[in-house]
Amino acid sequence: MAESQEKPQGPQTTGHVWDGDLQEYNNPLPQWWIYGFYVTILFALVYWIVYPSWPVGQGFLTGINTITYVNSQGQEETWHWNTRAKLLREMQEAAAQQRPWFERIAQMPYEQIVKDPELMGFVRSAGRALFTDNCAGCHQVGGGGKIGHYPNLTDDNWIYGGTFDKIRETIVQGRHGYMPPFAEALSRAQIDALAHYVLSLAGEPHDATQAAEGKNLFHSHTAACYYCHGDDAKGRQDLGSANLTDRIWLWADVPSATDVPSKVALVRQIIAGGLNRGNMPAWEGRLSEEQIKVLTVYVHQLGGGQ
Amino acid sequence: MFKFKHEALETNTGLLLVATMMAISVGGLVEIAPLFLIEDTMEKVEGVRPYTPLEQMGRDIYIREGCYTCHSQMVRPFRDEQLRYGHYSLAAESKYDHPFQWGSKRTGPDLARLGGKYSNEWHVQHLIAPRSVVPESVMPNYPWLMENRLNYADIGQRMRALRAVGVPYSINQEEYERNVKDFGPEMAAQFHIPNARESLVAQVRAGNYDGDPSYVSEMDALVAYLQVLGTMVDFSQIKPEELVKFR
Repeated sequence: MAESQEKPQGPQTTGHVWDGDLQEYNNPLPQWWIYGFYVTILFALVYWIVYPSWPVGQGFLTGINTITYVNSQGQEETWHWNTRAKLLREMQEAAAQQRPWFERIAQMPYEQIVKDPELMGFVRSAGRALFTDNCAGCHQVGGGGKIGHYPNLTDDNWIYGGTFDKIRETIVQGRHGYMPPFAEALSRAQIDALAHYVLSLAGEPHDATQAAEGKNLFHSHTAACYYCHGDDAKGRQDLGSANLTDRIWLWADVPSATDVPSKVALVRQIIAGGLNRGNMPAWEGRLSEEQIKVLTVYVHQLGGGQ
Repeated sequence: MFKFKHEALETNTGLLLVATMMAISVGGLVEIAPLFLIEDTMEKVEGVRPYTPLEQMGRDIYIREGCYTCHSQMVRPFRDEQLRYGHYSLAAESKYDHPFQWGSKRTGPDLARLGGKYSNEWHVQHLIAPRSVVPESVMPNYPWLMENRLNYADIGQRMRALRAVGVPYSINQEEYERNVKDFGPEMAAQFHIPNARESLVAQVRAGNYDGDPSYVSEMDALVAYLQVLGTMVDFSQIKPEELVKFR
């Protein structure tokens, strides 16, 4: 690097020269850029005046912009602009728009809501949003459920009942599935016999002799299956015991098993080990009363409401 | 009269250094100093407590597995977030988090209000194989959480470290009694470092978070932690306009 000997012609350079002829321009910044820069400074000054900005002592400049919202006493209150106040007002504005719908839903009995096409339009869209946010994690988008884990809500088979009141109860208080294990109370042969009987009830391939033996056990005091599943094996919705006579399987994926021994093994596992799962969280407190009502109607209308 | 030319800064290293530091410290002063001066930075809310030994172990696993790279724990005060996740997060809610898990980058959903939303069973299934419950999920599988026994031999040291940075875990009778007053006897017992291992095992026994009562797995700890997220403050007891005034 050496100082240039000649005064440069044309554009200004920094005066540095490398390798004999390599020079560096030193042009002024374009005017549009400079003015753009001044505009950003002006913008900042306006922003400081309008919005909360500089800290001052134990407080800060609050800005002249304000937000008015309704406080818990129902009175209007004005506070300097901030994101929490803005959120509060936006929530209140949105709630005001939805209020006519929610008020009608809150007052009307379920049976009438279902017959009102305009109201059902609201229930379907609000219900789908609520369902996707809160229920689809388990019951899947669309409510199809998952064999082995979460019941299908689109069929007419209800573990705890499919009436409006029962669906609401399930959402509000949650559920907890339980079946005691029978591994110690019954022998392996007895459990297998019961498994064949359960398969026969659902129309699955089975051994008829063992199933007959299982049928006796089912209704006996030894196993006492009838106590929860009912004399007709159709389950009791007040206990949440399964209906064993349909072809719907929740905990054991029997239809996918290809041969009888593996089907028996799946049922045996449940009888022997029992069930202590099927936990649904309670939504009371997490969702509002109106939201729960919308969801109740939505779930009822998924396919199989009773 | 002295005429300032920018060239003077650009050609003098020492001057440039001083000027740069001056410009940067304005930013620092404006952002940091007020936190120590303004009285209303942090809301005083009821219910926020330190994590139990089991929850704290779960939190450490959460950090070990890098959950924070995809999940934030901060619901922002926007309507869409409030509708999806729940009440916006308060600074006070992470006052015992070291480090806090706020963030602005999400690949997965925010977890600040996750507690109680799903069953333990769902969490176990979802952590082992996320796509078996959420088909469109891109979350990796974490099957080893169920297989690994939880190594909680050092839980006491972990709590001591947190105590050193201000989390009110107790090491003596006096601190224990202070916790009884602040958090109730049940929680104070959990926060007592000399009993930490016993408390941890007792919580696993009572909660059986992973569905397998035969041993204490890392899953037990992680699920216990996930189930407490965002559940400590009862927002039905707080008037929304009061929180507005902290900003």
